[in-house]
Amino acid sequence: MIEAKDIDFYYGSFHALKHINMRIAAQSVTALIGPSGCGKSTFLRLFNRMNDLIPEARLTGKCLVGGEDIYGAHVQVDDLRRRIGMVFQRPNPFPKSIFENVAYGLRVNGMGDRRFIADRVEESLRAAALWEEVKDKLKKSALALSGGQQQRLCIARALAVQPTVLLMDEPASALDPISTMKIEDLIFHLRSTYTIVIVTHNMQQASRVSDHTGFFMLGELVEYSETRKMFTNPEKTETQNYITGRFG
Amino acid sequence: MRTKLQQQIAFFIFRSLGLLVIGLLFWILGFIVYHGAGVISWEFLTTAPRDGMTAGGIWPALVGTCYLVIGSMVVAFPLGVMSAVYTSEYARNGRIVRLIRIMTNNLSGIPSIVFGLFGMSLFVRTLGFGDSILAGSLTLGLLVLPLVIRTTEEALQAVPATYRTGSRALGASRWQTVSRVVLPVAFPNIITGLILAVGRVSGETAPILFTVAAYFLPQLPTSIFDQAMALPYHLYVIATSGTDLEATRPIAYGTALVLIGVVLCINLLANLLRRRIGKHAHKS
Repeated sequence: MIEAKDIDFYYGSFHALKHINMRIAAQSVTALIGPSGCGKSTFLRLFNRMNDLIPEARLTGKCLVGGEDIYGAHVQVDDLRRRIGMVFQRPNPFPKSIFENVAYGLRVNGMGDRRFIADRVEESLRAAALWEEVKDKLKKSALALSGGQQQRLCIARALAVQPTVLLMDEPASALDPISTMKIEDLIFHLRSTYTIVIVTHNMQQASRVSDHTGFFMLGELVEYSETRKMFTNPEKTETQNYITGRFG
Repeated sequence: MRTKLQQQIAFFIFRSLGLLVIGLLFWILGFIVYHGAGVISWEFLTTAPRDGMTAGGIWPALVGTCYLVIGSMVVAFPLGVMSAVYTSEYARNGRIVRLIRIMTNNLSGIPSIVFGLFGMSLFVRTLGFGDSILAGSLTLGLLVLPLVIRTTEEALQAVPATYRTGSRALGASRWQTVSRVVLPVAFPNIITGLILAVGRVSGETAPILFTVAAYFLPQLPTSIFDQAMALPYHLYVIATSGTDLEATRPIAYGTALVLIGVVLCINLLANLLRRRIGKHAHKS
């Protein structure tokens, strides 16, 4: 489904990703783990081309999503970003109403039918397990929600435009344990519909939610295998050291 | 113990200086009110000067200043906001942005009398607008353009980057991101910039001297090609070149009081507007 071929990535002269090859299976959860600065978030952001917004960033190699080269000349970046949703580390709802936050992606993609938008907003909020909590205050500001609710709102916002892939960049690292659990439950439910790639600092989280895990270190993909295998019987000593907490 | 004493001394000095600023402000205001309040009356506000400007009111100057404020904002606001949006949201070329910034800063350092001369040469003469509200508004608009640009840029840069990335990640274009997320969030602060600009424009004398201001006009202007009186220039005239300076002194203070009042009123109005929009943006 997603494939990285010979990826090298540079911020100016800094070599952030070194010769990465990785295939990510559709309709599954893939966790990317590794110490800070290892390149896992940079790798994640390749797939919706958010790195394009950084000046002096340079990429070689190929990124394929569903067989399509997403850095090809014909690709409409805005359209690509609609198909590949992203949830950020810090919840970043817009200072608009709950309803308008979820409707935003639909509106900017040219959908104007009120009935349709209202239906899709409800559907997305239900999918993000937030509907019951907010259905009576859709017109209230999203900023009045708790951090965990805001993050689920951001997930709903991403789901509303019906992406096929959901990229999550440490989606629970700014949240309390209960909110984190809700997000993990949500990821578990979404895996049958979406291809999910999640960057996380939390090893337990990776082992709980993911099917496959990739371990990054110093810009290299050190090990990539089934999560169960990775956490019980890793092949490389670096991986072993990292997941047992000997460094990082 | 020593650090505590140092702190007390430091804070004492800071507090005194802070109070001194407030004191100065009230002193100036009190001074103007004390000398000028006596002449303020309905008649003073709503009639034209009489008897060689030793009697009567300031109505034409009041109206002229309002016209000039509106006219100059119509010039400076769209132009300033659009250039600020360009430099802080669109331009990718750092060198061009830096050049524009340097030029903007230089522009704001030019003395206002030079703007007056420039306006006279370009708008009054070359473009043939004559001494008119149009020429004056354009000149004043240019004068406050750097102020509008700078405050708008600051307002835009105060918008968290996460709003932009969030919007772009949903497939919104740069323009959609700017118009639907960034500008609404920045708007209250942009309005603050506008307030500052209005305050500046309504008090300027030099730029209107050669471009619009009339020494005395008994009638109100009827089109943008007419000359107009304006409060700051009127103040200058009755304070320096009247027939009987002693007799007109209270009128001068009264005019100053009205000028300050106008600026305060506009500030208050804009603040209310800003708060309403701020609340609204927060809600919807």
